[in-house]
Amino acid sequence: MTAIDAAFRRLRASGERGLVVYLTAGDPTPAASLRYLRAAADAGADIIEVGVPFSDPTADGPTIEAASRRALSSGMNVAGALELVRRFRGTHATPVVLFGYYNPFYRYGWPSLCKDAREAGVDGFLVVDLPFEERGEVSPSIRKAGLDWIPLAAPTSGMARVRAVDRAGSGFLYLISVTGVTGVRKSLPPEVAAWTRKVAKAARLPVAVGFGISSPAMAAAATRHADAAVVGSACVKIVERNGRGPRGPAELSRFVRSLKKALR
Amino acid sequence: MPKRKGKGMPDPAGHFGPFGGRYVAETLMSALIELEKAYKEAWRDRSFHLELDGLLKNYAGRPTPLYFAERLTEKAGGARIYIKREDLAHTGSHKINNTLGQGLLARRMGKRRIIAETGAGQHGVATATVCARMGIPCEIYMGEEDVRRQSHNVFRMRLLGARVNPVASGSRTLKDAMNEALRDWVTNVRTTYYLIGSTAGPHPYPEMVRDFQSVIGREALPQFRKAEGKPPTAVVACVGGGSNAMGIFTSFLRYPRVRLYGVEAGGLGLSSGKHGATLSRGKVGVLHGSKSFLLQDADGQILEAHSISAGLDYPGVGPEHAWLKETGRAKYVSVTDAQALSGFSLLSRYEGIQPALESSHAVAFAYRLAKSMRPSETVLVNLSGRGDKDMGILMELREGGRDGD
Repeated sequence: MTAIDAAFRRLRASGERGLVVYLTAGDPTPAASLRYLRAAADAGADIIEVGVPFSDPTADGPTIEAASRRALSSGMNVAGALELVRRFRGTHATPVVLFGYYNPFYRYGWPSLCKDAREAGVDGFLVVDLPFEERGEVSPSIRKAGLDWIPLAAPTSGMARVRAVDRAGSGFLYLISVTGVTGVRKSLPPEVAAWTRKVAKAARLPVAVGFGISSPAMAAAATRHADAAVVGSACVKIVERNGRGPRGPAELSRFVRSLKKALR
Repeated sequence: MPKRKGKGMPDPAGHFGPFGGRYVAETLMSALIELEKAYKEAWRDRSFHLELDGLLKNYAGRPTPLYFAERLTEKAGGARIYIKREDLAHTGSHKINNTLGQGLLARRMGKRRIIAETGAGQHGVATATVCARMGIPCEIYMGEEDVRRQSHNVFRMRLLGARVNPVASGSRTLKDAMNEALRDWVTNVRTTYYLIGSTAGPHPYPEMVRDFQSVIGREALPQFRKAEGKPPTAVVACVGGGSNAMGIFTSFLRYPRVRLYGVEAGGLGLSSGKHGATLSRGKVGVLHGSKSFLLQDADGQILEAHSISAGLDYPGVGPEHAWLKETGRAKYVSVTDAQALSGFSLLSRYEGIQPALESSHAVAFAYRLAKSMRPSETVLVNLSGRGDKDMGILMELREGGRDGD
């Protein structure tokens, strides 16, 4: 059983829903980014997605695109993200998913990446632009290192694909709530509830709903039929507003606490 | 209907050897599968080809002529130079071949909106043209830098009724336009058709765009045989994403003795780091949905390309070109900004033909190549577009004292 499996088992046992927090590694600097990661974990995030910045993040909206730019100008890369996780692991046990686009990971080389990631304390990978059909050159390394492979399902996927990706992955199923790019939304369309229920019923893996969730109320609503909510851009906005400022981690911590409270 | 094509490439999942494939967000996967299915059905459907061929003939002005460049040949003093006149196609470039095909496909699929990316604006104009012809609303993404340097084409697109969205991120060129078009598509995927203009992007685009562009080679081969009694010694085309090159190469792939040359943008010179020579200087990676060569740094971050021609100013290249390079079937060379300008001048002064700056790269290399060859040999150049759109850039250069000759 992986750390991510254990986290969901514990959540189910206590009747809570989980909170997955996304932050971009190195935003705005590696040191500040470590303080934000620790704040999110201390405030009750159940899993943390650490984003590896990419120059051309086509699945992301303006908030995470800007965070990626800030992180890249602070010198962040795959090795830097692994170092960040290693330092986070020194103080925290919260499961970490390395989140990103294919090319930087590919450049690093999958076999050594998975080995180094395991050693740094990474628990799983989520690659936004790698559909399960193309995972062949990646999955042997992932399996060998004992890491989880987080699959994605989209509203356009159709149930046959949802079942296939669910079976191909491990850890949890990331359910994309709406067609579009990442970013804060004021509300989610009403059909999200029915869609989530259908997927959660069919899936073998725990289901985490993401894209657009930006308040405690939205998180609660999105997880009526799911196991967890993913909150990304709304957290990144706090980093964007505060930067390296001393009040940033505290503000993130308050926000994460409020989200977690709504999921209990 | 045209035969199916280049030695069974790609495989059913869109791979050309280790290249190509489908590296996209899950949200787009079903749309790509739907598109692939619709495309395969259309390609097998006689009535689809009947309509497309009719439009290519009566609307786009095909077949385009094959022209013997007599004075340029004389000046080079080597191989005989022939020019495939895609610059004479409707809208001024080969791009119309693909937009007509995909436009018909979009209509067949019942899509209510078409989006496209454009660099030089040639694909944007060709897309806007087809959308006007079919009565489908059209939005074009174009980098701010390209909007500035190809303003003539921006104006044309707007007159055709298209909305042009300038893109301010990154290098503000073709790569960033494609990023933004992908974001639009992932948001509006249920109603929108994404009309990619090059042999790049996720499967089935590289295959489909090649097939629609392969009309160039299907015409050029018999035209050339008629003129010379045999296939050419060498075929030359410029390569940005690679659509005009694949369009002419495909018919010649089965003639192993025909040498194929793709000409990339050398920009300010390969050692300057400011170029678009992806196949000459790039490394394998994944961008915009497929695996191919890319200009990237050691961390896998995409580098900015540079070229005087907006259409070649792209850090990626179509996966089939990567495969042709890897197997050695085609050779890829580069031509600098300055050499391309000389190519433009040569063709203007000696033949009275003003090529697009993209095509000027092919002209410059073909001239050099012909010079080194025997008079009994022949070179076929694909002149992918005409130069009207580049008058602004050429005027700026002339005023700045950097004349082309």
